[in-house]
Amino acid sequence: MKPGTTSAACAALLRRDLALIWRRRGDALNPLLFAVIVVALFPFALGPEAQVLERIAAGTIFVAVLLASLLSLDNLFRSDLDDGSLEQLVLSPHPLSLLLACKIAVHWLTTALPLIAIAPLLSVFLHLPDTVLPVLLGTLALATPLLSLIGAICVALTAGMRRSGMLLTLIVLPLIVPVLIFGAGACNAAQAGLPYGAPLLWLGAWLTLALVLAPLATAAALKISLT
Amino acid sequence: MAEFFHMGGYGAYVWAAYAVFAIVLVADALTPLWQRRRTLHDIAARLRRESTRDGARKNRAPTTQDPTA
Amino acid sequence: MNPLVLWFHKLGSPPYFYRLAGRFQPWLYALALITGAVGLYGGLFIAPADYQQGDSFRMIYVHVPCAWMSLFVYVFMAANAFVALVWRIKLSETLAMASAPIGAAFTFITLVTGSLWGKPMWGTWWTWDARLTSELVLLFLYLGVIGLYHAIEDTRQAARAAAFLALIGVVNLPIVHYSVVWWNTLHQAQTVSLMGQSKISSSMLWPLLTMAFATHVYFFASLLARSRAALLALESGKDWVREIALRESAQEARAHG
Repeated sequence: MKPGTTSAACAALLRRDLALIWRRRGDALNPLLFAVIVVALFPFALGPEAQVLERIAAGTIFVAVLLASLLSLDNLFRSDLDDGSLEQLVLSPHPLSLLLACKIAVHWLTTALPLIAIAPLLSVFLHLPDTVLPVLLGTLALATPLLSLIGAICVALTAGMRRSGMLLTLIVLPLIVPVLIFGAGACNAAQAGLPYGAPLLWLGAWLTLALVLAPLATAAALKISLT
Repeated sequence: MAEFFHMGGYGAYVWAAYAVFAIVLVADALTPLWQRRRTLHDIAARLRRESTRDGARKNRAPTTQDPTA
Repeated sequence: MNPLVLWFHKLGSPPYFYRLAGRFQPWLYALALITGAVGLYGGLFIAPADYQQGDSFRMIYVHVPCAWMSLFVYVFMAANAFVALVWRIKLSETLAMASAPIGAAFTFITLVTGSLWGKPMWGTWWTWDARLTSELVLLFLYLGVIGLYHAIEDTRQAARAAAFLALIGVVNLPIVHYSVVWWNTLHQAQTVSLMGQSKISSSMLWPLLTMAFATHVYFFASLLARSRAALLALESGKDWVREIALRESAQEARAHG
Protein backbone atom coordinates (compact mmCIF):
# COMPACT_ATOMS: atom_id res chain seq x y z
CA MET A 1 0.00 0.00 0.00
CA LYS A 2 1.33 3.38 -0.94
CA PRO A 3 1.46 5.95 1.87
CA GLY A 4 -0.66 9.06 1.33
CA THR A 5 0.70 12.58 1.15
CA THR A 6 2.05 14.27 4.25
CA SER A 7 -0.61 16.95 4.23
CA ALA A 8 -3.32 14.27 4.08
CA ALA A 9 -1.70 12.54 7.06
CA CYS A 10 -1.60 15.80 9.02
CA ALA A 11 -5.22 16.54 8.18
CA ALA A 12 -6.27 13.03 9.22
CA LEU A 13 -4.36 13.38 12.49
CA LEU A 14 -5.95 16.77 13.21
CA ARG A 15 -9.43 15.37 12.48
CA ARG A 16 -8.84 12.31 14.64
CA ASP A 17 -7.48 14.25 17.63
CA LEU A 18 -10.24 16.84 17.45
CA ALA A 19 -12.85 14.11 17.23
CA LEU A 20 -11.34 12.29 20.21
CA ILE A 21 -11.42 15.46 22.29
CA TRP A 22 -14.96 16.26 21.13
CA ARG A 23 -16.13 12.86 22.37
CA ARG A 24 -14.67 13.63 25.80
CA ARG A 25 -15.57 17.30 25.82
CA GLY A 26 -16.31 17.24 29.55
CA ASP A 27 -12.65 16.53 30.30
CA ALA A 28 -11.55 19.25 27.91
CA LEU A 29 -13.38 21.78 30.06
CA ASN A 30 -11.27 20.94 33.12
CA PRO A 31 -8.47 23.48 32.48
CA LEU A 32 -11.07 26.21 31.99
CA LEU A 33 -12.78 25.38 35.24
CA PHE A 34 -9.42 25.23 36.99
CA ALA A 35 -8.42 28.70 35.78
CA VAL A 36 -11.74 30.18 36.84
CA ILE A 37 -11.47 28.61 40.30
CA VAL A 38 -7.89 29.81 40.82
CA VAL A 39 -8.76 33.36 39.82
CA ALA A 40 -11.94 33.36 41.90
CA LEU A 41 -9.97 32.31 44.99
CA PHE A 42 -7.75 35.39 44.99
CA PRO A 43 -10.41 37.92 46.04
CA PHE A 44 -11.32 35.62 48.96
CA ALA A 45 -7.69 35.54 50.06
CA LEU A 46 -6.82 39.20 49.48
CA GLY A 47 -10.08 40.98 50.19
CA PRO A 48 -12.44 42.55 47.70
CA GLU A 49 -10.76 45.99 47.39
CA ALA A 50 -10.66 46.94 43.73
CA GLN A 51 -7.23 48.62 43.91
CA VAL A 52 -5.52 45.53 45.33
CA LEU A 53 -7.14 43.22 42.78
CA GLU A 54 -6.43 45.60 39.92
CA ARG A 55 -2.77 45.61 40.85
CA ILE A 56 -2.40 41.81 40.71
CA ALA A 57 -4.95 41.10 37.96
CA ALA A 58 -2.67 40.55 34.96
CA GLY A 59 -0.15 38.45 36.84
CA THR A 60 -2.83 36.29 38.46
CA ILE A 61 -4.55 35.63 35.16
CA PHE A 62 -1.22 34.73 33.59
CA VAL A 63 -0.33 32.30 36.36
CA ALA A 64 -3.80 30.75 36.27
CA VAL A 65 -3.64 30.23 32.49
CA LEU A 66 -0.12 28.82 32.80
CA LEU A 67 -1.09 26.33 35.50
CA ALA A 68 -4.22 25.35 33.59
CA SER A 69 -2.26 24.53 30.45
CA LEU A 70 0.31 22.65 32.55
CA LEU A 71 -2.53 20.59 33.96
CA SER A 72 -3.58 19.45 30.51
CA LEU A 73 -0.04 18.96 29.15
CA ASP A 74 0.37 15.61 30.86
CA ASN A 75 -2.36 14.17 28.64
CA LEU A 76 -0.76 15.34 25.40
CA PHE A 77 0.66 11.92 24.48
CA ARG A 78 -0.84 9.78 27.27
CA SER A 79 -3.74 8.11 25.46
CA ASP A 80 -1.74 7.73 22.24
CA LEU A 81 1.03 6.05 24.17
CA ASP A 82 -1.40 3.70 25.90
CA ASP A 83 -3.11 2.51 22.71
CA GLY A 84 0.12 2.31 20.73
CA SER A 85 -0.77 4.92 18.13
CA LEU A 86 2.18 7.06 19.17
CA GLU A 87 4.57 4.33 18.03
CA GLN A 88 2.70 4.22 14.73
CA LEU A 89 3.31 7.94 14.37
CA VAL A 90 7.03 7.47 15.02
CA LEU A 91 7.18 4.64 12.47
CA SER A 92 5.15 6.44 9.81
CA PRO A 93 6.94 7.58 6.63
CA HIS A 94 5.95 11.21 7.22
CA PRO A 95 8.16 13.62 9.16
CA LEU A 96 7.46 13.06 12.84
CA SER A 97 8.01 16.71 13.70
CA LEU A 98 5.15 17.79 11.42
CA LEU A 99 2.78 15.22 12.87
CA LEU A 100 3.72 16.30 16.38
CA ALA A 101 3.23 19.94 15.38
CA CYS A 102 -0.35 18.97 14.50
CA LYS A 103 -0.82 17.39 17.92
CA ILE A 104 0.59 20.51 19.61
CA ALA A 105 -1.72 22.67 17.51
CA VAL A 106 -4.68 20.59 18.69
CA HIS A 107 -3.55 21.02 22.28
CA TRP A 108 -3.36 24.78 21.84
CA LEU A 109 -6.72 24.97 20.07
CA THR A 110 -8.53 22.93 22.69
CA THR A 111 -7.00 24.26 25.91
CA ALA A 112 -5.32 27.62 25.32
CA LEU A 113 -7.86 29.13 22.94
CA PRO A 114 -10.79 28.60 25.35
CA LEU A 115 -8.62 30.04 28.11
CA ILE A 116 -7.98 33.16 26.04
CA ALA A 117 -11.69 33.33 25.32
CA ILE A 118 -12.59 33.45 29.02
CA ALA A 119 -9.74 35.87 29.86
CA PRO A 120 -12.15 38.86 29.58
CA LEU A 121 -14.37 37.21 32.20
CA LEU A 122 -11.37 36.62 34.48
CA SER A 123 -10.27 40.23 34.04
CA VAL A 124 -13.73 41.41 35.09
CA PHE A 125 -13.39 39.34 38.28
CA LEU A 126 -10.15 41.14 39.11
CA HIS A 127 -11.09 44.64 37.91
CA LEU A 128 -8.45 44.76 35.20
CA PRO A 129 -8.74 48.18 33.48
CA ASP A 130 -10.47 47.96 30.10
CA THR A 131 -7.54 49.63 28.36
CA VAL A 132 -5.21 46.80 29.42
CA LEU A 133 -7.51 44.02 28.22
CA PRO A 134 -6.35 44.14 24.56
CA VAL A 135 -2.72 43.93 25.72
CA LEU A 136 -3.59 40.98 27.95
CA LEU A 137 -5.32 39.16 25.11
CA GLY A 138 -2.40 39.93 22.78
CA THR A 139 0.24 38.65 25.21
CA LEU A 140 -1.84 35.56 25.95
CA ALA A 141 -2.14 34.90 22.22
CA LEU A 142 1.66 35.00 21.95
CA ALA A 143 2.48 33.29 25.25
CA THR A 144 0.08 30.30 25.22
CA PRO A 145 1.44 28.77 21.98
CA LEU A 146 4.91 29.09 23.52
CA LEU A 147 3.69 27.21 26.59
CA SER A 148 2.23 24.44 24.43
CA LEU A 149 5.39 24.18 22.32
CA ILE A 150 7.89 24.21 25.18
CA GLY A 151 5.64 21.97 27.25
CA ALA A 152 5.41 19.43 24.42
CA ILE A 153 9.21 18.96 24.45
CA CYS A 154 9.13 18.24 28.17
CA VAL A 155 6.16 15.88 27.88
CA ALA A 156 8.00 14.01 25.15
CA LEU A 157 11.01 13.62 27.46
CA THR A 158 8.85 12.16 30.24
CA ALA A 159 6.67 10.08 27.89
CA GLY A 160 8.15 6.75 28.92
CA MET A 161 7.26 7.18 32.59
CA ARG A 162 4.09 5.97 34.21
CA ARG A 163 3.79 8.89 36.64
CA SER A 164 5.41 12.12 35.61
CA GLY A 165 3.21 14.83 37.14
CA MET A 166 5.57 16.53 39.58
CA LEU A 167 8.68 15.95 37.47
CA LEU A 168 7.00 17.46 34.42
CA THR A 169 6.19 20.60 36.39
CA LEU A 170 9.77 20.82 37.65
CA ILE A 171 11.13 20.51 34.12
CA VAL A 172 8.68 22.91 32.48
CA LEU A 173 8.80 25.66 35.08
CA PRO A 174 12.34 27.05 34.57
CA LEU A 175 11.83 27.00 30.81
CA ILE A 176 8.69 29.10 30.84
CA VAL A 177 9.77 31.64 33.46
CA PRO A 178 10.92 34.12 30.78
CA VAL A 179 7.54 33.78 29.04
CA LEU A 180 5.77 34.58 32.29
CA ILE A 181 8.08 37.52 33.05
CA PHE A 182 7.62 39.13 29.66
CA GLY A 183 3.92 38.31 29.30
CA ALA A 184 2.87 39.61 32.68
CA GLY A 185 5.49 42.37 32.41
CA ALA A 186 3.93 43.72 29.21
CA CYS A 187 0.50 43.89 30.89
CA ASN A 188 1.92 45.59 33.98
CA ALA A 189 3.78 48.10 31.83
CA ALA A 190 0.60 48.86 29.88
CA GLN A 191 -1.27 49.28 33.16
CA ALA A 192 1.36 51.74 34.42
CA GLY A 193 1.16 53.71 31.19
CA LEU A 194 4.63 52.65 30.08
CA PRO A 195 5.58 51.42 26.60
CA TYR A 196 4.95 47.68 26.30
CA GLY A 197 6.15 47.00 22.76
CA ALA A 198 9.52 45.49 23.64
CA PRO A 199 8.33 42.50 25.71
CA LEU A 200 5.66 41.76 23.09
CA LEU A 201 8.33 41.74 20.39
CA TRP A 202 10.47 39.43 22.53
CA LEU A 203 7.55 37.04 22.91
CA GLY A 204 6.95 37.20 19.17
CA ALA A 205 10.59 36.43 18.45
CA TRP A 206 10.58 33.44 20.80
CA LEU A 207 7.32 32.19 19.36
CA THR A 208 8.78 32.29 15.85
CA LEU A 209 11.85 30.43 17.03
CA ALA A 210 9.80 27.89 18.98
CA LEU A 211 7.39 27.28 16.07
CA VAL A 212 10.33 26.14 13.96
CA LEU A 213 12.46 24.37 16.55
CA ALA A 214 10.07 22.96 19.15
CA PRO A 215 8.40 20.34 16.88
CA LEU A 216 11.85 19.13 15.83
CA ALA A 217 12.98 19.01 19.45
CA THR A 218 9.77 17.22 20.47
CA ALA A 219 10.35 14.61 17.78
CA ALA A 220 13.96 14.10 18.91
CA ALA A 221 12.91 13.86 22.56
CA LEU A 222 10.14 11.38 21.75
CA LYS A 223 12.58 9.19 19.83
CA ILE A 224 14.89 9.16 22.87
CA SER A 225 12.19 8.19 25.32
CA LEU A 226 10.55 5.55 23.10
CA THR A 227 13.70 3.57 22.27
CA MET B 1 41.48 36.44 67.74
CA ALA B 2 38.05 37.21 69.14
CA GLU B 3 37.98 40.25 66.91
CA PHE B 4 38.73 38.04 63.92
CA PHE B 5 35.77 35.80 64.70
CA HIS B 6 33.62 38.84 65.37
CA MET B 7 34.19 40.13 61.79
CA GLY B 8 33.13 43.67 62.64
CA GLY B 9 29.71 42.50 63.77
CA TYR B 10 29.07 40.34 60.72
CA GLY B 11 30.62 37.20 62.24
CA ALA B 12 27.45 35.12 62.26
CA TYR B 13 26.74 35.76 58.57
CA VAL B 14 30.32 35.35 57.38
CA TRP B 15 30.96 32.14 59.28
CA ALA B 16 27.57 30.72 58.35
CA ALA B 17 28.39 31.32 54.68
CA TYR B 18 31.77 29.60 55.02
CA ALA B 19 30.17 26.74 56.95
CA VAL B 20 27.58 26.16 54.22
CA PHE B 21 30.34 26.21 51.62
CA ALA B 22 32.41 23.66 53.56
CA ILE B 23 29.53 21.35 54.52
CA VAL B 24 27.99 21.16 51.06
CA LEU B 25 31.31 20.54 49.33
CA VAL B 26 32.39 17.91 51.87
CA ALA B 27 29.05 16.16 51.38
CA ASP B 28 29.59 16.38 47.63
CA ALA B 29 33.06 14.87 47.97
CA LEU B 30 31.83 12.00 50.14
CA THR B 31 28.90 10.98 47.91
CA PRO B 32 31.01 9.37 45.13
CA LEU B 33 33.07 7.47 47.72
CA TRP B 34 29.92 6.05 49.24
CA GLN B 35 28.41 5.31 45.80
CA ARG B 36 31.54 3.50 44.64
CA ARG B 37 31.63 1.40 47.79
CA ARG B 38 27.99 0.40 47.53
CA THR B 39 28.27 -0.47 43.84
CA LEU B 40 31.33 -2.64 44.39
CA HIS B 41 29.63 -4.26 47.39
CA ASP B 42 26.57 -5.12 45.30
CA ILE B 43 28.68 -6.53 42.48
CA ALA B 44 30.80 -8.62 44.86
CA ALA B 45 27.67 -9.96 46.57
CA ARG B 46 26.15 -10.87 43.22
CA LEU B 47 29.33 -12.63 42.12
CA ARG B 48 29.38 -14.63 45.36
CA ARG B 49 25.74 -15.65 44.86
CA GLU B 50 26.44 -16.72 41.29
CA SER B 51 29.47 -18.78 42.25
CA THR B 52 27.65 -20.61 45.09
CA ARG B 53 24.73 -21.32 42.74
CA ASP B 54 27.04 -22.65 40.04
CA GLY B 55 28.83 -24.73 42.63
CA ALA B 56 25.52 -26.16 43.87
CA ARG B 57 24.48 -27.05 40.35
CA LYS B 58 27.74 -28.89 39.74
CA ASN B 59 27.35 -30.90 42.95
CA ARG B 60 23.79 -31.76 42.10
CA ALA B 61 24.54 -32.79 38.51
CA PRO B 62 25.41 -36.49 39.14
CA THR B 63 22.36 -37.07 41.38
CA THR B 64 19.97 -35.77 38.69
CA GLN B 65 21.56 -38.10 36.18
CA ASP B 66 21.35 -41.13 38.47
CA PRO B 67 17.83 -42.39 37.61
CA THR B 68 18.55 -42.48 33.88
CA ALA B 69 21.85 -44.32 34.37
CA MET C 1 45.22 7.38 12.67
CA ASN C 2 46.34 10.62 14.24
CA PRO C 3 47.79 9.82 17.71
CA LEU C 4 45.65 12.50 19.34
CA VAL C 5 42.46 11.05 17.83
CA LEU C 6 43.61 7.60 18.84
CA TRP C 7 44.18 8.77 22.41
CA PHE C 8 40.72 10.34 22.38
CA HIS C 9 39.15 7.05 21.34
CA LYS C 10 41.11 5.28 24.03
CA LEU C 11 39.95 7.82 26.60
CA GLY C 12 36.36 6.97 25.66
CA SER C 13 36.81 3.38 26.80
CA PRO C 14 35.50 3.04 30.38
CA PRO C 15 38.29 0.89 31.90
CA TYR C 16 41.00 3.16 30.51
CA PHE C 17 39.21 6.28 31.72
CA TYR C 18 38.61 4.67 35.11
CA ARG C 19 42.30 3.97 35.59
CA LEU C 20 43.47 7.34 34.26
CA ALA C 21 40.92 9.25 36.36
CA GLY C 22 41.97 7.25 39.40
CA ARG C 23 45.54 8.40 38.89
CA PHE C 24 44.61 12.09 38.51
CA GLN C 25 41.91 12.31 41.15
CA PRO C 26 44.04 12.48 44.37
CA TRP C 27 46.30 15.14 42.84
CA LEU C 28 43.33 17.24 41.82
CA TYR C 29 41.79 16.97 45.29
CA ALA C 30 45.13 17.95 46.84
CA LEU C 31 45.59 20.90 44.49
CA ALA C 32 42.03 22.09 45.20
CA LEU C 33 42.61 21.84 48.95
CA ILE C 34 45.91 23.72 48.84
CA THR C 35 44.79 26.55 46.54
CA GLY C 36 41.50 26.73 48.46
CA ALA C 37 43.41 27.10 51.74
CA VAL C 38 45.66 29.81 50.22
CA GLY C 39 42.65 31.65 48.80
CA LEU C 40 40.72 31.51 52.07
CA TYR C 41 43.79 32.65 54.02
CA GLY C 42 44.20 35.59 51.65
CA GLY C 43 40.52 36.39 51.82
CA LEU C 44 40.11 36.11 55.58
CA PHE C 45 43.46 37.47 56.85
CA ILE C 46 45.29 39.48 54.19
CA ALA C 47 42.56 41.29 52.28
CA PRO C 48 41.59 44.56 54.00
CA ALA C 49 38.00 45.18 55.08
CA ASP C 50 35.86 46.86 52.45
CA TYR C 51 35.37 50.57 53.10
CA GLN C 52 31.63 50.32 52.52
CA GLN C 53 30.69 46.80 53.59
CA GLY C 54 33.27 46.22 56.31
CA ASP C 55 34.12 42.58 56.98
CA SER C 56 30.88 41.26 55.56
CA PHE C 57 32.33 41.53 52.07
CA ARG C 58 34.54 38.52 52.91
CA MET C 59 31.60 36.36 51.90
CA ILE C 60 32.57 37.25 48.34
CA TYR C 61 35.26 34.55 48.50
CA VAL C 62 32.72 31.76 48.73
CA HIS C 63 29.73 33.39 47.05
CA VAL C 64 31.24 34.64 43.81
CA PRO C 65 33.41 31.59 42.94
CA CYS C 66 30.38 29.35 43.47
CA ALA C 67 28.23 31.63 41.32
CA TRP C 68 30.81 31.41 38.54
CA MET C 69 30.98 27.65 38.98
CA SER C 70 27.21 27.28 38.80
CA LEU C 71 27.35 28.69 35.26
CA PHE C 72 30.61 27.02 34.27
CA VAL C 73 29.37 23.59 35.30
CA TYR C 74 26.17 24.07 33.34
CA VAL C 75 28.13 24.96 30.20
CA PHE C 76 30.39 21.96 30.78
CA MET C 77 27.38 19.69 31.28
CA ALA C 78 25.66 21.03 28.16
CA ALA C 79 28.81 20.59 26.05
CA ASN C 80 29.08 16.98 27.18
CA ALA C 81 25.37 16.50 26.62
CA PHE C 82 25.83 17.74 23.06
CA VAL C 83 28.70 15.31 22.42
CA ALA C 84 26.69 12.50 24.03
CA LEU C 85 23.66 13.10 21.82
CA VAL C 86 25.49 13.72 18.54
CA TRP C 87 28.27 11.11 18.71
CA ARG C 88 26.68 8.78 21.26
CA ILE C 89 29.81 8.60 23.38
CA LYS C 90 29.08 6.76 26.60
CA LEU C 91 31.75 8.62 28.54
CA SER C 92 30.23 12.00 27.67
CA GLU C 93 26.86 10.82 28.97
CA THR C 94 28.53 9.81 32.22
CA LEU C 95 30.44 13.10 32.50
CA ALA C 96 27.33 15.19 31.81
CA MET C 97 25.26 13.33 34.40
CA ALA C 98 28.10 13.38 36.94
CA SER C 99 28.46 17.17 36.67
CA ALA C 100 24.76 17.86 37.32
CA PRO C 101 24.78 17.22 41.11
CA ILE C 102 28.03 19.17 41.54
CA GLY C 103 26.55 22.10 39.65
CA ALA C 104 23.41 21.90 41.77
CA ALA C 105 25.59 21.94 44.90
CA PHE C 106 27.42 25.07 43.73
CA THR C 107 24.14 26.75 42.83
CA PHE C 108 22.73 25.89 46.23
CA ILE C 109 25.80 27.39 47.97
CA THR C 110 25.45 30.51 45.83
CA LEU C 111 21.83 30.94 46.85
CA VAL C 112 22.40 30.37 50.56
CA THR C 113 25.52 32.56 50.81
CA GLY C 114 23.83 35.23 48.69
CA SER C 115 20.94 35.20 51.12
CA LEU C 116 23.36 35.37 54.09
CA TRP C 117 25.09 38.31 52.44
CA GLY C 118 21.81 40.00 51.64
CA LYS C 119 20.56 40.01 55.23
CA PRO C 120 23.15 42.47 56.65
CA MET C 121 23.50 44.45 53.40
CA TRP C 122 19.90 44.92 52.30
CA GLY C 123 18.19 43.95 55.54
CA THR C 124 16.37 41.01 53.96
CA TRP C 125 17.08 37.33 53.38
CA TRP C 126 15.70 37.30 49.91
CA THR C 127 15.04 39.84 47.21
CA TRP C 128 13.71 39.08 43.79
CA ASP C 129 16.54 40.71 41.99
CA ALA C 130 17.81 39.55 38.65
CA ARG C 131 20.77 37.49 39.74
CA LEU C 132 19.28 35.70 42.74
CA THR C 133 16.21 34.89 40.69
CA SER C 134 18.21 33.53 37.80
CA GLU C 135 20.28 31.42 40.19
CA LEU C 136 17.03 29.99 41.53
CA VAL C 137 15.91 29.20 37.99
CA LEU C 138 19.30 27.60 37.37
CA LEU C 139 18.84 25.42 40.45
CA PHE C 140 15.47 24.27 39.11
CA LEU C 141 17.10 23.46 35.78
CA TYR C 142 19.72 21.34 37.53
CA LEU C 143 17.07 19.61 39.65
CA GLY C 144 15.04 18.90 36.52
CA VAL C 145 18.02 17.26 34.83
CA ILE C 146 18.84 15.21 37.94
CA GLY C 147 15.18 14.29 38.48
CA LEU C 148 14.70 13.17 34.89
CA TYR C 149 17.90 11.13 35.02
CA HIS C 150 16.76 9.27 38.12
CA ALA C 151 13.14 8.83 37.03
CA ILE C 152 13.91 6.73 33.94
CA GLU C 153 14.95 3.19 34.69
CA ASP C 154 17.25 2.43 31.77
CA THR C 155 20.44 4.33 32.65
CA ARG C 156 21.57 5.13 29.12
CA GLN C 157 18.14 6.21 27.95
CA ALA C 158 17.83 8.32 31.09
CA ALA C 159 21.18 9.95 30.40
CA ARG C 160 20.18 10.78 26.84
CA ALA C 161 16.84 12.29 27.89
CA ALA C 162 18.46 14.34 30.66
CA ALA C 163 21.23 15.44 28.29
CA PHE C 164 18.57 16.64 25.89
CA LEU C 165 16.91 18.60 28.68
CA ALA C 166 20.26 20.13 29.62
CA LEU C 167 20.69 21.31 26.04
CA ILE C 168 17.23 22.90 26.03
CA GLY C 169 18.15 24.62 29.29
CA VAL C 170 21.10 26.28 27.55
CA VAL C 171 18.55 28.56 25.94
CA ASN C 172 17.84 29.74 29.48
CA LEU C 173 21.50 30.40 30.30
CA PRO C 174 21.87 33.63 28.29
CA ILE C 175 18.83 34.90 30.15
CA VAL C 176 20.53 34.04 33.45
CA HIS C 177 23.62 35.92 32.34
CA TYR C 178 22.13 38.96 30.65
CA SER C 179 19.39 39.42 33.21
CA VAL C 180 21.98 41.54 35.03
CA VAL C 181 21.68 43.97 32.16
CA TRP C 182 17.91 43.65 31.79
CA TRP C 183 16.80 44.38 35.28
CA ASN C 184 19.28 46.30 37.35
CA THR C 185 17.95 46.44 40.86
CA LEU C 186 19.20 46.12 44.43
CA HIS C 187 22.13 43.89 43.59
CA GLN C 188 25.52 45.40 42.90
CA ALA C 189 26.54 45.73 39.29
CA GLN C 190 29.26 43.29 38.30
CA THR C 191 32.56 44.54 39.67
CA VAL C 192 34.98 41.82 38.64
CA SER C 193 36.20 41.25 35.15
CA LEU C 194 39.20 39.21 34.22
CA MET C 195 39.82 41.41 31.22
CA GLY C 196 40.28 45.17 31.46
CA GLN C 197 40.28 47.40 34.50
CA SER C 198 38.84 45.94 37.63
CA LYS C 199 37.24 48.12 40.23
CA ILE C 200 38.31 46.16 43.31
CA SER C 201 41.85 46.43 44.67
CA SER C 202 44.39 43.74 43.89
CA SER C 203 44.80 42.67 47.54
CA MET C 204 41.09 41.80 47.48
CA LEU C 205 41.15 40.37 43.98
CA TRP C 206 43.88 37.74 44.11
CA PRO C 207 42.22 35.64 46.85
CA LEU C 208 39.03 35.72 44.80
CA LEU C 209 40.77 34.48 41.67
CA THR C 210 42.62 31.85 43.71
CA MET C 211 39.31 30.63 45.12
CA ALA C 212 37.85 30.57 41.63
CA PHE C 213 40.78 28.41 40.51
CA ALA C 214 40.37 26.14 43.55
CA THR C 215 36.65 25.59 42.89
CA HIS C 216 37.37 24.77 39.24
CA VAL C 217 39.97 22.18 40.25
CA TYR C 218 37.63 20.82 42.90
CA PHE C 219 34.90 20.45 40.29
CA PHE C 220 37.13 18.33 38.08
CA ALA C 221 38.26 16.21 41.03
CA SER C 222 34.67 15.59 42.12
CA LEU C 223 33.65 15.01 38.50
CA LEU C 224 36.27 12.27 38.09
CA ALA C 225 35.23 10.63 41.36
CA ARG C 226 31.54 10.67 40.42
CA SER C 227 32.20 9.45 36.89
CA ARG C 228 34.29 6.57 38.19
CA ALA C 229 31.50 5.51 40.55
CA ALA C 230 28.93 5.86 37.76
CA LEU C 231 31.05 3.87 35.30
CA LEU C 232 31.31 0.99 37.79
CA ALA C 233 27.53 0.88 38.10
CA LEU C 234 27.01 1.24 34.35
CA GLU C 235 29.49 -1.51 33.43
CA SER C 236 28.70 -3.82 36.36
CA GLY C 237 28.43 -6.85 34.07
CA LYS C 238 31.87 -6.37 32.50
CA ASP C 239 34.98 -8.30 33.49
CA TRP C 240 37.10 -5.30 34.46
CA VAL C 241 34.49 -4.22 37.00
CA ARG C 242 34.23 -7.77 38.40
CA GLU C 243 37.96 -7.82 38.92
CA ILE C 244 37.84 -4.55 40.83
CA ALA C 245 34.89 -5.73 42.92
CA LEU C 246 36.58 -9.02 43.79
CA ARG C 247 39.86 -7.30 44.63
CA GLU C 248 38.13 -4.76 46.87
CA SER C 249 36.07 -7.36 48.72
CA ALA C 250 39.19 -9.48 49.22
CA GLN C 251 40.99 -6.46 50.66
CA GLU C 252 38.04 -5.72 52.90
CA ALA C 253 37.93 -9.32 54.11
CA ARG C 254 41.66 -9.17 54.90
CA ALA C 255 41.19 -5.90 56.76
CA HIS C 256 38.35 -7.37 58.85
CA GLY C 257 39.83 -10.82 59.35
